[in-house]
Amino acid sequence: MPIIAAQGLTMRFPGVTALDDLTVAVEPGVTGLVGANGAGKSTLIKILLGLLPPTSGTAQVLGLDIARDGARIRERVGFMPEYEALPPDVSATEFVVHMARMSGLPPTAARERAADTLRHVGLYEERYRPIGGYSTGMRQRVKLAQALVHDPQLVFLDEPTNGLDPAGRDDMLGLIRRIGAEFGISVLVTSHLLGELERVCDHVVIIDGGRLLRSQAVEAYTAASGSLVVEVEEGRDRLGQHLYDQGVAVRPEGRLLVVDIADEGTYDRIRDGVADLGLRLVRLEQRRHHIEEVFAVGSEQPHPVPQGAPR
Amino acid sequence: MTVSTIHDIGYRHYEGRRLGRGYVLRSLFVHNLRAAYGLGRPARAKVMPFLLLAVMMLPSVGSVAAVAITKEPRGLIPYAAYANILQVVIAIFLATQAPVLASRELRFHVVPLYFSRPVGHLDFVLAKLAAMTTALLALLTLPVTLLYVGGLVTKVPDSGEHLVRYLTALVGCALFAVVLASIGLVVSAFTPRRGFGVAAVIAVYMLSSAFVVIVQGLAEMRTNFTLAGWVGLLTPFNLVDIVQVRLLGAPRSSAAMPEGTLAGMVALAVCAALVAGSTAVLYARFRKAGLS
Repeated sequence: MPIIAAQGLTMRFPGVTALDDLTVAVEPGVTGLVGANGAGKSTLIKILLGLLPPTSGTAQVLGLDIARDGARIRERVGFMPEYEALPPDVSATEFVVHMARMSGLPPTAARERAADTLRHVGLYEERYRPIGGYSTGMRQRVKLAQALVHDPQLVFLDEPTNGLDPAGRDDMLGLIRRIGAEFGISVLVTSHLLGELERVCDHVVIIDGGRLLRSQAVEAYTAASGSLVVEVEEGRDRLGQHLYDQGVAVRPEGRLLVVDIADEGTYDRIRDGVADLGLRLVRLEQRRHHIEEVFAVGSEQPHPVPQGAPR
Repeated sequence: MTVSTIHDIGYRHYEGRRLGRGYVLRSLFVHNLRAAYGLGRPARAKVMPFLLLAVMMLPSVGSVAAVAITKEPRGLIPYAAYANILQVVIAIFLATQAPVLASRELRFHVVPLYFSRPVGHLDFVLAKLAAMTTALLALLTLPVTLLYVGGLVTKVPDSGEHLVRYLTALVGCALFAVVLASIGLVVSAFTPRRGFGVAAVIAVYMLSSAFVVIVQGLAEMRTNFTLAGWVGLLTPFNLVDIVQVRLLGAPRSSAAMPEGTLAGMVALAVCAALVAGSTAVLYARFRKAGLS
């Protein structure tokens, strides 16, 4: 059963269409939601939380209808917003305990769960200090802890790596992986950086201009492409010419040659060609697709993807 | 040989009870009430509320001491007049503490974290209003209670009469608290910038008081006492005092007020409209903030 299912979800604001007839199903596990800024990711989360009624269309989260069972959905999901959302003058412990109680956890359970969750996200002694003195990385951890403290079945993480340095980003991605694999909590994580999601997600949904561009398993994006990458130390052009003469489809690409695989014989011809010409072979490998290619070829109107662009 | 290992017990799911709306509402109320007095926050958050509480207590301590020494029962400040006499201190308390409840979570975008949980918009607003009212109620009733107990200890005559006046004053205090809390929360919910909320609440209090005093002065010069009385509806302390005096029979402590029970009914209706209107405005304000 899908944990999230949307049918024809449309959201129009005055002057802008945030979601346009979006139909998508998300299975349990870690799912990435990718799109450029303004693609409708945050709007989709607000609709799925049952906070914002869509202009048209329906959706179910954990089998509950967003229009009728919003309150019951909010009991079972966690939400980590994209922006700063923490009061500076209370400690992380005090804040996370309070948020646990807001989800209905009794006082003792709220304290125990808050301590456990803060430990899981990697906040130790500093959790007794006011949040105002925390680094960005620590704040992100507190935001993640409040989303997990009530043990939800599903968490929505909106741009969790935003503003983090490369080390903090790696830590956060590792945590997201653990939430899905060890904690057994399904994750819907948004990002405008595809490479990040490739590393932690089982499944990636790509939306662009409020429309669904692609929804499939990560492996499908990175499947073998039917071409081989050949790298030799010197004599790239000689090898290329040699293969071309034998009727192999080959093209240069930087320091590499890209060879289309026609049949098993293609491998032999490359091997023999390298041997005959006396070249030193560095690499011969299956070329894999990158998720980024979806934007290059999959989109009708090409949208520039702000890869790592400052926000 | 002993082998010691650190056991990482890993992630544990929560199988226990999840309590319902009543518990969440209660927790929210307690959290806001604690915030109003700076409890669970750094020491500097406690300075203002407790300093102002101490200032509120001083006149009642002095009054009881004077009665004890001089044996003159008239030295006891009338219970119902206490809030009116110390209105500046109460206004400062409202100005410094209402933004703690109403602006802080808006300024730091904490509100969406509540509404992504099973917390209702109306519950959220009612908990804040109830917490601010309770905080003010403590500020108002503690000194009045000290006066009453002090009167009992110093054996002021007519103890039955004093009990009635004390209970009347408590009802008045409750009305003061809820009206002031409503105004303070609405004003600070629309001034989320730091410090602006304090200034805005003080400004509303000062301007309304000054306006009423000026109009009353002019009206009395022209011997238009009806206008002088009715214009008192426009400032919160005078408004509640009209209810206390005209409906509850408390001794009058405001400069001017309209005559008759009808005036009291009108003033009470204005109070009710203020509280209901404020609740509606706060509801809309926080609901919008929950989506930003």
